[in-house]
Formats: sequence, C-alpha cells, structure tokens
Amino acid sequence: MDKSNLPNYLEHKGKYKGIFAWIFSTDHKRIGLLYLYAIMAFFVVAAILGLLMKFELIAPGKTIMEAKAYNAVFTLHGITMIFLVVVPGIPAILGNFFLPILIGAKDVFYPKLNLLSWWLYMLGAVIALSSQFMNGASPDTGWTFYAPYSFQTQSNVLPALIGAFILGFSSILTGLNFIVTMHRLRAPGMKWMKMPLFPWTLYGTSWIQLLATPVVGITLLMVVAEKVLSIGFFDPALGGDPILYQHLFWIYSHPAVYIMILPAMGVISEVIPAFAKKKIFGYNAIVLSTMLIAFVGYFVWGHHMFTAGMSETSLFAFSFLTFIVAIPSAIKIFNWLATLYKGSIMLRTPMYWAVSFLFVFMIGGLTGMVLGALSTNVHLHDTAFVVAHFHFIVFGGLGFAFFAGIHYWFPKIFGKMYDEAWANTGWIIFFMGFLTLYFPMFLLGIQGMPRRYYDYVPEFHFTNIISSFGAFIMIAGLTVILINLFKSAKRGEKAEMNPWGGKSLEWTIPSPPPLENFEDIPEIK
Amino acid sequence: MENSEHKIVSFKTYGLVLLALIVLTLFSVYITQLDFGNLGIVVALSIAGLKSVLVFSIFMHLLYDKKMYALMVVGVLVVMTIVLIITFLDYGY
Repeated sequence: MDKSNLPNYLEHKGKYKGIFAWIFSTDHKRIGLLYLYAIMAFFVVAAILGLLMKFELIAPGKTIMEAKAYNAVFTLHGITMIFLVVVPGIPAILGNFFLPILIGAKDVFYPKLNLLSWWLYMLGAVIALSSQFMNGASPDTGWTFYAPYSFQTQSNVLPALIGAFILGFSSILTGLNFIVTMHRLRAPGMKWMKMPLFPWTLYGTSWIQLLATPVVGITLLMVVAEKVLSIGFFDPALGGDPILYQHLFWIYSHPAVYIMILPAMGVISEVIPAFAKKKIFGYNAIVLSTMLIAFVGYFVWGHHMFTAGMSETSLFAFSFLTFIVAIPSAIKIFNWLATLYKGSIMLRTPMYWAVSFLFVFMIGGLTGMVLGALSTNVHLHDTAFVVAHFHFIVFGGLGFAFFAGIHYWFPKIFGKMYDEAWANTGWIIFFMGFLTLYFPMFLLGIQGMPRRYYDYVPEFHFTNIISSFGAFIMIAGLTVILINLFKSAKRGEKAEMNPWGGKSLEWTIPSPPPLENFEDIPEIK
Repeated sequence: MENSEHKIVSFKTYGLVLLALIVLTLFSVYITQLDFGNLGIVVALSIAGLKSVLVFSIFMHLLYDKKMYALMVVGVLVVMTIVLIITFLDYGY
C-alpha cells in the first residue's frame, strides 16, 4: 500500500487548532517535539549561564560578577541543566518520538499520561525558575541542595525544591509509560531479544526513573519540611544527620547519571551500525550490560561522599562497586568498536558525533575510575577535576549522543534534510571547543583548584584562560549547529524515506511519519 | 503484543482478604503494648509485609497474572533491600 498519501503528524488536523493542536495533542511524536523545543530553550539559557561562569574565571578576582552572583549562576546552571535538560533529554525527546515506532506500535500505552508528563514538566520548570524572579536572593546551594545549608540559607530555595519535586513526577510517569508500552505494545513477533537497542536502553532507564526518582522526591520534601517546620531530619542541632541527606540525595542522583547516559548509549547503538553498514556486534552483550548498568548503578551512590565522613566499610564497599559498574560500560565500548571493525564506514554528520562520543565518553569513564579510587579521590574531591569528569560524561556522553541522534533522525522527524556542510562545520567547532574548555579543568583539578569558587590564585590563570577560550569556541559551534537545524527544519530539502539505508522500523514508514505511524501493525519475522 | 486473560476473583475472596487486612491492622496496633525489645520493629514490619503480600497477590492480581510481573515486584524489593543494607553499612559501625 502506498503510505505517502496518509496525512503526516505535522499536518494532521485534529480537534484543536493552532498552538492548542500541539499542547493538547496526545500524539507521542508531537509530545516529543514539545519536549524538544522546551528542552532546547532551557539548554540555551543554561549554556549561556555556563559561558558567563567561564567569562568570570578568565582572570583572578572579579571579572564580570561578584561571588554571590557566581554562586547563584552556578546553581541555576546546575538545576536547569540537570533537572530540565539532561534527565528528561533523550528519553523525553527521542524516546517519545521513536520508542513506539521502533517497537511497531501506534503510540505509547498511555497517551494522555504522556501529555500529563509534559504539562508536569512545564509546571515544574516554571516553579523552579520562578525562584529567580521572586523577592529575595536567587538560590545559591548548587543543584545538590546539600543540608544543612539548603535549609539555613535565606535565598529562594523553596520554589527550586518544589519545582524539582514536581519534575520528578513527570520523570516517573514517563518511565512507567515506557515500561508498560514495551511490555504491552511490541509488534507481533518482536520478542524481547529482537527489540532494537535504543528501546532496550529506554527500558533500563525507565526502571531507574520509576524506582529512584521517588527517593529524591521525598528527600527534597524532607528539606522543605526541615526548612518550614524544623523537624530535625538533617539538622544536627535537632538530632538530625546531614550525611543522611547526602545518602538519600545520591541514592537517586547517582542512578540519575544512568538515566542520562543509558539512552545516549542506545542512540549510539543505533547510529554506529547504520553508518558502519553492519549488524551491531554482540547484541546480547549490549542488552545484558544495559540491564547490569541499570542494576549496579543503584549501589554506587556513596562515591560522591568519600570525604563526607562515612564508615570505612562503606568506603570500601562503594569504591569496589564503582569499579564493578565500569565493566558493563567498557563492554559496550568494545562492542561499538568491534562493530566499526571492517565496516563500510559512511562518514556523515551523525557518525562524526558518534565517534567523537566514543572518544570523550572513554575519557570521562576512565577519569571516573580515578575518582572512584579512594586514595586519589581524597586529593581530587570537589576540585575542577570532578567538574571536568562529569562534563565529559554527561555533556560529552549525553550531549554528543543527542546531537548524533537528532542529526540521524532529523530527516524522519521533520521530513527535511539538514545542510550537511554546516552540520559538519558546527560539529568540528563544537568538538574542538569542548576539548579546549574541559580538558584544562582536569589539570586545574590536579593542581588543586576547587570547584564552585569565583576566584583563584594566580598560578591557575593561564590554564583558566585556555578553558574560558574553549567555552567561547564551543558556544560558537553550538550556535552554528542550532541555526542549521532550525533553518533546515523550515526550509531544508525534502528527505527520502530512508536516507541512511537504516534497517529498523522507523525507516519503513514515510518521512515525516503519519499520525499513527503504521497503517497496519508490522509483523516481525 | 502481549495479551493476558483477566481472572475474575470472587467477592468472597476479596471479602476474606479485607477481613484479614483489618484483623492484621488491629493486631499491629495491639502489639504496640507488648515489649519485644529490639525485635519490635521486625515484628511490626513482618505484619506490614504480610499485608502487602495479600494486597499485591490478590487485590493487584499478581497471583493470577504472568509470573514475570511478580518477578518484577520481587526485583524491586531486592533492589530496595540492598540499598537499605548498604546505607546501614555507614551506620552500623
């Protein structure tokens, strides 16, 4: 049957018109795009805040802001990037759009719940960001809201806490929706071990969202209760324990790193075989390592607290478990490299992002081992080294995979092609800027420069200049990438149904896809 | 696509479970007057655990559904147990 005559999801006329046809749509693809535009907007704001921080650090002493403003800026940068950008990031955008298509379904299992998740996300975002516009000082706790400072500070930390709490609900509902969708709506013949790898990583991620997010939700509420009612959960003066806060916070927030990185690994597992023109090497090993990362990732949170004053038994256990969790990540790296081996590699924009992901993710992973070792952690804890490490993992991992995914699936999402020359130019500028920005921070950390300080001793000046210079290059690259994508979405050349020769289900339907994806549910042989 | 038959559970079974839950609740209130020493929390959590098993297995149909769903719930409990044990490594010294 010729499917090209079916109205696509962008042109479909429903019950509502104009913007209401989007914000009240229960179509998973439209919801995916709602997340895309919201998350991109928050990402640009938070990236500019990051640039301001690097501008401040270009010279010792005050450059463009005072210490208090710097504290507020890194807090807002962290809250926005973590809770509004990287945690929802790939699952909410690419997951929403492609999960049902990749498993041969017409939508997610609970479309209305999916829309509610987006509304909760927006509500949480508005409340969290309202803290900036209220009377009083902006929050200055950092995104971690560490007790006892978070309930002692006079800054507007309450709206930020409540906003993060509501954002958690959005995350939980998305996770629940995806789990049920994968259990109930896989196409006939699509056994678990035939499911594509991106859905598999979303499956692992969804379990983490479902189980770990409630812990941080209740923890943030406990801080609210401590601040408003002085209950004594975390306040030593009332018999509370501030270390307990750190345990509870990281019981969620370390698995949250895997919420960020697992779907990124899923995207890479789709992109590399498509551009190496080979089947993925070691499908079973990748599936197993995905679930192992999701499982073991629950038990390593204490490595954020090595210098907080834990028992020696805990220190040993958490360090050991941290080294264990590196194994499944390394399995994936070897599988991707083996997929590339003797492949007919097609160097297009998504592939550039994917191979640069391998490069930065390995640096991020190996420096994580340096921090997971007790002896080196004592020296490097709370230094610029940690900041460099998690930007290599989170930004280098998730960010690079996101850009790989958005370029890979762009023709399918919008039915248009992007300008490849500009896309590649943006990638190389961004990649060079990224390395120039974050690599010097490893050196600064080893030299002893603490994180979260707006000032430093003159010995750190030269390395900071290089790092700040990198920030400007990276933002220039980002500008090229975003302008190219937005322009191409409007005025790009028409895309074919399968421009990359991909083998998965999304490449068997028109670009952009029709409203319910498939006229007839496909049968998997 | 996975489809499962829905078993119709009789009102009598639901009634009996409700009765058991009420009795166990009253019992857990009653035992607060008894002194079990350090075992008090173990006894209270055991009664709560028994009530949860009844709710999960009969009200939430885990007993009649695919075993995989029961396995998922057990898996979640295993994760939470390990998390609690590891947390107490920091407090048990």
